[in-house]
Amino acid sequence: MSTKASRSAARLMISPAVVLLLMWMIVPLVMTVYFSFLRYNLLSPGATPWAGWENYYWFITDPSFNDAIWNTLALVGGILVITVVGGIGFALLLDRPMFGTGVIRIMVIAPFFVMPTVSALVWKNMFFNPVNGIFGNIATSLGLQPIDFFAEIPLLSIIFIVSWMWLPFATLILLTALQSLDQEQLEAAEMDGASWSSRFWYIMLPHLARAITVVILIQTIFLLSVFAEILVTTNGGPGTATTNLTYLIYVSSLLQFDVGMGSAGGVFAIILANIVAIFLMRMIGKNLDA
Amino acid sequence: MGRITLEKVTKSFGEVEVIPPLDLTIEDGEFAVFVGPSGCGKSTLLRLIAGLEDTTSGHIRIDGEDATDLPPAKRGLAMVFQSYALYPHMSVRKNIAFPMKMAKVPEDEQNRRIEQAAKALNLTDYLDRRPGQLSGGQRQRVAIGRAIVREPAAFLFDEPLSNLDAALRVGMRLEISELHKRLATTMIYVTHDQVEAMTMADKIVVLRAGNIEQVGSPLELYKTPRNTFVAGFIGSPKMNLFEGAEADKLGAHTAGVRPEHIEVGDPASAYWSGTVGVAEHLGSDTFFHIHETGLADTITVRAPGDVDYKHGDRIGLNPRMDMIHKFDQQGLRIQ
Ligand SMILES: Nc1ncnc2c1ncn2[C@@H]1O[C@H](COP(=O)(O)OP(=O)(O)OP(=O)(O)O)[C@@H](O)[C@H]1O
Ligand SMILES: [Mg+2]
Repeated sequence: MSTKASRSAARLMISPAVVLLLMWMIVPLVMTVYFSFLRYNLLSPGATPWAGWENYYWFITDPSFNDAIWNTLALVGGILVITVVGGIGFALLLDRPMFGTGVIRIMVIAPFFVMPTVSALVWKNMFFNPVNGIFGNIATSLGLQPIDFFAEIPLLSIIFIVSWMWLPFATLILLTALQSLDQEQLEAAEMDGASWSSRFWYIMLPHLARAITVVILIQTIFLLSVFAEILVTTNGGPGTATTNLTYLIYVSSLLQFDVGMGSAGGVFAIILANIVAIFLMRMIGKNLDA
Repeated sequence: MGRITLEKVTKSFGEVEVIPPLDLTIEDGEFAVFVGPSGCGKSTLLRLIAGLEDTTSGHIRIDGEDATDLPPAKRGLAMVFQSYALYPHMSVRKNIAFPMKMAKVPEDEQNRRIEQAAKALNLTDYLDRRPGQLSGGQRQRVAIGRAIVREPAAFLFDEPLSNLDAALRVGMRLEISELHKRLATTMIYVTHDQVEAMTMADKIVVLRAGNIEQVGSPLELYKTPRNTFVAGFIGSPKMNLFEGAEADKLGAHTAGVRPEHIEVGDPASAYWSGTVGVAEHLGSDTFFHIHETGLADTITVRAPGDVDYKHGDRIGLNPRMDMIHKFDQQGLRIQ
């Protein structure tokens, strides 16, 4: 498409932005890596001697580390499944012409604009509380034992709250993609004898593939660092049941004042994020250049 | 088999009646062309037959069976869309195989029909490409291939050639005509191009605002247009229609004569005369646009290619009297 001249002009013109972004990224990264090799605890100020790989060793052998890794992956995976499947469902519903579509669309989008801390608190106190919460009341009125969500199924509860917040994002992107599907293709498939489910499977889903890829990539980036919802609801507990990597880093650097160890965790998180990113790109990246 | 009958079919979108009650029969094996100006309801009529729109009232029969409430897939018709509507993420082979896959045709039968269609449509080299990697004409052929393999009772085409350039259009026109001769399947073809209609049709249906103005063979419509609308619509260049004293002299409210039925001659002795405006030289023929004839603003005349008049020359016009069409006050033909 582009000529040689226009390509080199394009490179020249985006270079200031690229340089700025690179610095923006490189400076904190280098500092984090540097701190991770120091014995640097805020409780013993002054000397910050070189520690070698010690911080990494202690961070990785910490008994909560394993839990944190699995919790992070379960959190990301669970939320992705719920939001993608749910998002496709909502998009299909909203795509149909119906009464009050405008209002319903705004209502569906709304959760995305609620701050994470606020939505987590609302869910914690208004819905999940076993005594005063709505779910607890419903259970009691049906004569059932109310579930203490954050004690019995803590990780699932967090997955649920975060999914509720990200569902609108997925819905919005998938709905836009769905609306860009050529109606004549669907009509042609209908004439070709495809049932609704075949049309969904062979026409709509392939058309949505790219949007689904975008949703998964963007959400993964944000979901690897879920934090506020955990802080205001479970504080990583009970035990380490809801401690993810981000929360573990917070615990080491800000609750135990160990900057060196926190940085080591940070570097570890960067590596984990990159591994996940490479996997995702491999798995679904080919959809993007189709 | 594919005899399609419409009985008192109407279609309204909300308050707007797009198709007033309409009766039409298309015989088995016939090539029927719906032609009319933009917005007259050609596509709507085709979509009603396909089942993509519900009729507001009336009945559609296919081979005598009431198909009014049948879903599109059950009517056994295949449609070729103006935008081709190919499935972009499937290869040409998969596109063509799709209807058979939906109908659960056995694999080797599928392959046999794909090979056959690909050979007939010159697509053999492209079977593994995606639609995005094909030219317009090739995409058109894939869309036709997808329709053929279903072995439908009738083919429906909605302006299939309007996205192609002029040369390709002529080529595809021939291919579709050829296909019709070979398959002898009913075809309904929508176009607003009256040349396509004239060259391809067994039967032309001229529509205006959802009404059928006339149904007949191309020559029937050309020789005996039932009213001024059909007279003006069929034929290229258009028939010259005029009112007033000259028409009265011929015993008609409106009279018409086709450009090819006027001979040019000496202005002094000719029946009519006028001033030459623009001359369009096609090589074989020349179309003269004549002004100041006392008939209408412009009279078009078709003359042999070697006849040469300059802009502003006086010119004489001799119509062939037996080829003059006469219409009454209502615009209907006077026999
Ligand atoms: N879904 C719809 N809702 C309301 N009006 C419609 C709808 N579809 C078509 N119409 C109207 O019906 C009339 C006939 O439309 P149709 O598409 O059949 O025209 P057409 O003869 O195919 O024209 P063209 O040659 O431009 O394709 C038009 O006036 C159009 O505005
Ligand atoms: Mg149309």
